[in-house]
Amino acid sequence: MIRVLMVTMMLLSAAIASAADRVVATGDLGVVVERSSGSVLIVDQSDMASIARVEGLGDLSHASVVFSPDQRFAYIFGRDGGLTKLDMTSQQVANRIIQSGNAIGGAISDDGQLVAVSNYEPGGVRIFDAVSLELVADIPTGSKTIGLVDAPGRRFVFSLWDAGETWIADMSGEVPQVQRFDDVGTNPYDALITADGRRYIVGLFGEDGLTAFDLWSDPPEQQKILANYGKGDQKLPVYKMPHLEGWALAGDRFALPAVGHHQLLWVDSRDLTEVARTDTHGQPIFAVSRPDGRHVWVNYAHPDNDTVEVIDSQSGLVVHTLKPGPAVLHMEFTPRGHQVWLSVRDGNRIEIYDTRTFAKLGEIPAETPSGIFFTARAHKSGL
Amino acid sequence: MASWIPLAALMTALLLLPAGAAGIGPKQAEKLEHLVRQDCGSCHGLTLKGGLGRPIDRDRMRQYDREVLRDIILDGVPGTAMPPWRPLISENEAQWIADYLREQRQ
Repeated sequence: MIRVLMVTMMLLSAAIASAADRVVATGDLGVVVERSSGSVLIVDQSDMASIARVEGLGDLSHASVVFSPDQRFAYIFGRDGGLTKLDMTSQQVANRIIQSGNAIGGAISDDGQLVAVSNYEPGGVRIFDAVSLELVADIPTGSKTIGLVDAPGRRFVFSLWDAGETWIADMSGEVPQVQRFDDVGTNPYDALITADGRRYIVGLFGEDGLTAFDLWSDPPEQQKILANYGKGDQKLPVYKMPHLEGWALAGDRFALPAVGHHQLLWVDSRDLTEVARTDTHGQPIFAVSRPDGRHVWVNYAHPDNDTVEVIDSQSGLVVHTLKPGPAVLHMEFTPRGHQVWLSVRDGNRIEIYDTRTFAKLGEIPAETPSGIFFTARAHKSGL
Repeated sequence: MASWIPLAALMTALLLLPAGAAGIGPKQAEKLEHLVRQDCGSCHGLTLKGGLGRPIDRDRMRQYDREVLRDIILDGVPGTAMPPWRPLISENEAQWIADYLREQRQ
């Protein structure tokens, strides 16, 4: 009896060992976009290393990535309308389509079943089955379409650069239901949704202020916020559009890049009024909160893009300045915030920093890297 | 799809350029080409086929005089997202970029 048990245990442990050999856990992996070479790196956060390069993904300028709920698949949205489904476990392309002529970003539905892409040409949003990448819905807008995010309830929200509108596509029923909101403002350039799915905030290039939607009210209510920021001041040239990615929520306030001003705007998260401003090194591009909200890290537009500033969310003061190298394009925190990874495009490398000591921990070579996307995004609304 | 241009092609492109962009050496030309692809490219696309900004491919650029293009680069297009680049580059550099856009390989 004992011998039988031992043999069984030995067989069992052998089976576990061989299964372990095949297991690729994806929870600490990520994708780095190499924008000029049409490739991506799959990176391992714990090892601070690249584990694979996947090539042949087309024009990846301004490419972004979302993940399936099981963190196995990355969906990569290319500028040329390419939509690539990448298997993180095999490091192989699982599927790839060209869904439009010119695209700007994408999102995945809260249930993980739908992948949506916002397009410049033809203007609109196309929605695909996340498994097969077959077209599920085509929503032409007649306008360059930006600021696409997922919202709870199998919905997608997006805005129209040319028309100044915001649309909500509800995909929970048999047929897509689209709500349209006009008078959002002149030239919406990007938008974000808060992590709780309540507020969709639209940045405006063509006028001062932003437009905020309360998606908890039925029907959603829109209001102009921060209408007076920048009023009367001469706008500086904008050499790169800011991004409103994520919800840089820091306690009871959040940070937004000003457009045409070298400033970060602090907004009260309860009533959406401006509470403070921080003068910055340049035109902010990303203002990303460390996951605990204590610090906001900010990078800048050309020609100030060699610099990253760390701003204390309580005082609004710059507490640290980094000069990682030429053209810092993106910053991604590890899920618990102990590290930040920076892409240094013209230095052809990723740099990794300790977020408390600001010490540089490592470097990973990469060809003109832009976006960095960790798989933890799979479990966050709006990312 | 590689977007970099082999050095030989770049040299050929330089030789083809009109005399207006004189005084731009190969090293500076390389920097300016990088600026066009990467930084103009953030609105116009890395392949210059357009994005938030309109396409600036060769066919479209040849519809404009080289001096008109230079002035658009220097002073921007008011009422649009095209910023003036005068604070960052010289007239000579703008002329080089205008000529580059009209001569670029597709």
